Amino acid sequence: MPELQADRTERSLADVFLEDIYSIPGGEKIKECIQCGTCSASCPTSYAMDYTPREVIAALRAGILDRVLKSNTIWLCASCYYCTVRCPSGVKLTDVMYELKRLAVEFGLADEKAKAPVVSKLFVDLVDKNGRISEVELVSKFLLKTNPFAAIGMMPRAWKLLVRGRMPLVPHRIKGISELEKCASTISEVSGLHAGTGKIEKAT
Amino acid sequence: MQARAEFSYYPGCSVEGMNKAYDKSARVVCEALSIDLAELNDWNCCGASAYMSIRELRAHLLSARNLALAEKEKKDLVVVCPACLTTLAKTNHYLKEDSGFKRTISAALKAADLQYMGSVKVRHLIEIIVNEVGEQEIKAKVKRKLSGLKVAPYYGCQLTRPFGEIDDKEFPTMFDKLLQWIGAQPVNFPLKAKCCGGLLMMTNEDVGLELNRTLLNCAAENGAECLGTLCPLCHMNLETYQDSVNKKFGTDYKIPTLYFTQLLGLAFGYSRKILGINEELIPSQQITEKYAKVV
Repeated sequence: MPELQADRTERSLADVFLEDIYSIPGGEKIKECIQCGTCSASCPTSYAMDYTPREVIAALRAGILDRVLKSNTIWLCASCYYCTVRCPSGVKLTDVMYELKRLAVEFGLADEKAKAPVVSKLFVDLVDKNGRISEVELVSKFLLKTNPFAAIGMMPRAWKLLVRGRMPLVPHRIKGISELEKCASTISEVSGLHAGTGKIEKAT
Repeated sequence: MQARAEFSYYPGCSVEGMNKAYDKSARVVCEALSIDLAELNDWNCCGASAYMSIRELRAHLLSARNLALAEKEKKDLVVVCPACLTTLAKTNHYLKEDSGFKRTISAALKAADLQYMGSVKVRHLIEIIVNEVGEQEIKAKVKRKLSGLKVAPYYGCQLTRPFGEIDDKEFPTMFDKLLQWIGAQPVNFPLKAKCCGGLLMMTNEDVGLELNRTLLNCAAENGAECLGTLCPLCHMNLETYQDSVNKKFGTDYKIPTLYFTQLLGLAFGYSRKILGINEELIPSQQITEKYAKVV
């Protein structure tokens, strides 16, 4: 649906973001953030983030969401849900982070140094191909893509796993893979639980 | 003994890959406890975090297919991976809470002649063992008491977060209890539900190693001789990366790391081999033999 793509890319990032967030059950709670910082204090990785979770919401309000999307912050969220369960206003911060990850990829803004989007894209490709993920295939393709030299450093660990039978080399493909494709083809690849159908082009 | 309700078993991709020992030991323990596990036929990836990070609706569709397959069998779904638990449960929640979402997912499933009415409950194996099998029966099964073995019970993030339906979201205790029932001694482990970083070990090793150093340090300081796990990803990080932590921080951790199912299996008298303990990188023979007392 070309109209839909155009619609998404022409509107401001903040609008697209909010629409997607509001579509998650309980997503509208983001309006109730009181900037207390419980999320940032609870986050195990905030110490390494360009912007802490509290600052992410402040940035959204200040209309500088693009900076957040380009930052390392969103790729450091490990989905541990501490922020979500502790937020006194009920903001679903982990889901906010997921949404930011999706938007960064969709709009081509993801931090170039971040390796997490590379893993996510590989993960999606492999699951779409086989219906399941093979860890061995994921890790080896990831290393080839990001840092083939690091693969050499991984060899001792890989060898130890291999001799213990922990490196199954042939990926399993589910029988219903074509049915799964049929189901998936009815669904949009854009973000948002209520997004329409059709692939979205990168915003330029 | 009367057989319990039957369950559909959802192993998840990780225990089919590098963490097969979890799957092996889970099946052994379930057989011992008459928990009937029939592997869900042709299950697919649940769509966990790496997938959901860039494809939200499709991730839910992946979960929904598994739920629909389980509903066909008229059984609840048992998982061993907390990330699968959270993803499948999230889809279940959204389907109940959001009718528009349900319409989209139902229409997609229909393309493969599947449907999901919402009757399947997703449960983690540890919760079934603690709540349904319970103390008496577990104690009765113990043949080799792990008397005094000091274990740091590590729950990780997603067993109880975000939903908190089976235990406290921040300070769960069910694994502690289970350890006591088999004679082991759960140590005080304040970071028991703190994050191991999951896939960050791959994508940002500095942060991944730091998180794991903190956990190992906390376990060691509290006198743990062994770490107990219930998540394949946590297990992978804590077990196979201890040497990397040591290299980076100049530490010397060699803490054996065992799945809760392996610890149970040992107490029930099964061999290390059958429980896949010989597949672990850090030797644990010394501690498990030192403490195993035949009942």
